[in-house]
Amino acid sequence: MNKIANKQVINDVLLEESAKDKDIIVLCSDSRGSAGMKSFAEERPEQFVEVGIAEQNLVGISAGLASCGKKPFAVSPASFLSTRSMEQAKVDVAYSNTNVKLIGISGGVSYGALGMTHHSATDIATMGSMPNMRVYLPSDRFQTEALVRSLLKDDKPAYIRIGRNAVEDVYEEGNVPFELDKATLVKEGTDVTIIACGELVGDAKAAAEELAGKGISARVLDMYCVKPIDKDAIIQAAKDTKLIVTVEEHTMYGGMGSMVAQITAANAPVKVINLTLPDAPVVTGKSREIFKYYGLDAEGIVKTVTEQL
Amino acid sequence: MNLEAKALDIRKDIVELIYRAGCGHIGGDLSVTDILVDLYYKQMNVAPDKMDDPNRDRFVLSKGHSVEALYCVLADRGFFDKKELFDTYSQYLSKFIGHPNNKVNGVEMNTGSLGHGLSVAVGMAMAGKMDKRDYRVYAVMGDGEMAEGSNWEAVTAGAHYKLDNLTAFVDRNRLQISGTTEEVMTADEQEERWAAFGWNVISIPGNNIDAIDNAVELAKHTKGKPTVIIANTTKGCGVSFIENKAAWHHKVPTEAEYQQAMKELDERRAQL
Repeated sequence: MNKIANKQVINDVLLEESAKDKDIIVLCSDSRGSAGMKSFAEERPEQFVEVGIAEQNLVGISAGLASCGKKPFAVSPASFLSTRSMEQAKVDVAYSNTNVKLIGISGGVSYGALGMTHHSATDIATMGSMPNMRVYLPSDRFQTEALVRSLLKDDKPAYIRIGRNAVEDVYEEGNVPFELDKATLVKEGTDVTIIACGELVGDAKAAAEELAGKGISARVLDMYCVKPIDKDAIIQAAKDTKLIVTVEEHTMYGGMGSMVAQITAANAPVKVINLTLPDAPVVTGKSREIFKYYGLDAEGIVKTVTEQL
Repeated sequence: MNLEAKALDIRKDIVELIYRAGCGHIGGDLSVTDILVDLYYKQMNVAPDKMDDPNRDRFVLSKGHSVEALYCVLADRGFFDKKELFDTYSQYLSKFIGHPNNKVNGVEMNTGSLGHGLSVAVGMAMAGKMDKRDYRVYAVMGDGEMAEGSNWEAVTAGAHYKLDNLTAFVDRNRLQISGTTEEVMTADEQEERWAAFGWNVISIPGNNIDAIDNAVELAKHTKGKPTVIIANTTKGCGVSFIENKAAWHHKVPTEAEYQQAMKELDERRAQL
């Protein structure tokens, strides 16, 4: 079992890159511990900004820094970053087109039993609906690293959501297929396509392996690039397979699955089932328990595919 | 340059622009004009061909609805074509939107939703400190705008980080769209509020260019803390029938009112 959380990978990449690039700045809102940014804060005090518990200010200050040539990474719990500071993300970052990378940590239902105040099951909807804002939900530590390294090369706004805990690897060290804004083909298949993002890509992969044992050939797409979404990969899947099942740690409206349905409906109609969190506060539990409850884990995906195919 | 004459010329441009476009926030434009004139014609190191200069001074109009005043100043200083502004402002497909937009040369940051500009200015001032550059950062808020809680996050951070390269203005014209600030949401004791957060506070008659200029100079020489200039202004300043009337927050002059306003401003100009 992998023990390195995606947020730790972000800290490590930024720590490494910031040694060469003094314009990289990390900002936290009393969240350096939970953000996994402690070592960055300790080793790069001159490139670390603490704003206190003030998410609106976090994002506004980041935009001001970016407008002066800095490369700010605002790292804060996704729940607060994607809603409390939503207007700063809209006006100061997206609309002003500033080079701010918003890192939503402990995203989705990572905070589990802490409840809906701490869940960010609407962040794809809130962030993705803003013109200029890109939205990424990387699946594992290797893809997170590839994504952050790639985003460091551009100067446009982006929101990146990662979970709280370490997740199983989807890819292997040294073999991480990655092209920015292109879905990663995790497994080829011809009967059904499972499109997943974030932590649930691992479940989609496991489900595909189980389905293979039942004689069902499942394609798995890692749609870490929720926006701009990989339209071509979706249309191709709609043409190649009879069914598309989307899986995401997000509510049912305005998420990745909604986008997939929108694209298939217009370009290549096919049956699309969205596996999502409900349009309601979720049950109390840990992430894995919540996924299981709502049928988002491998077992739930297998059940949906076999029922719907 | 005679800045008082310039301020009257800019006021005429504002009235003209709003009259032609059929929209605009005339009251707040006329209250903030003198601040903009002092900054753009005397104090700030900015120029149309220097917007990429990392050492340029930064300006953020947090009360973005006073964009007509900013556009008139920028146009007059040659940041873009004045005729294009006057012909297209707020019209179909114009690049001149009714709030500041950084696609327009001279505008640093998009504003319009209140309570954003000071945080951005704090970030700009921090960047200046990090890079050891000596540019200064200016932000202008409205007094009604100070009801936005996000401002006080920025006020706290500005003092915490000792951003003495940052000067904020509060355009204290005592009116907002629904009435007086004191009726709508208490804004008195701005001086005490900012001082309590650790800022250097200077309170001035805000339509007096000499007073503005002196305050800006004082701010430049204040070390270890940011400065706020509480500019006690008159909303609609310069046009008798617009002054101190909440209804003129975004009212557009009729032809007769337009003529009257221009006449008054011309008369004041002649008296200088």
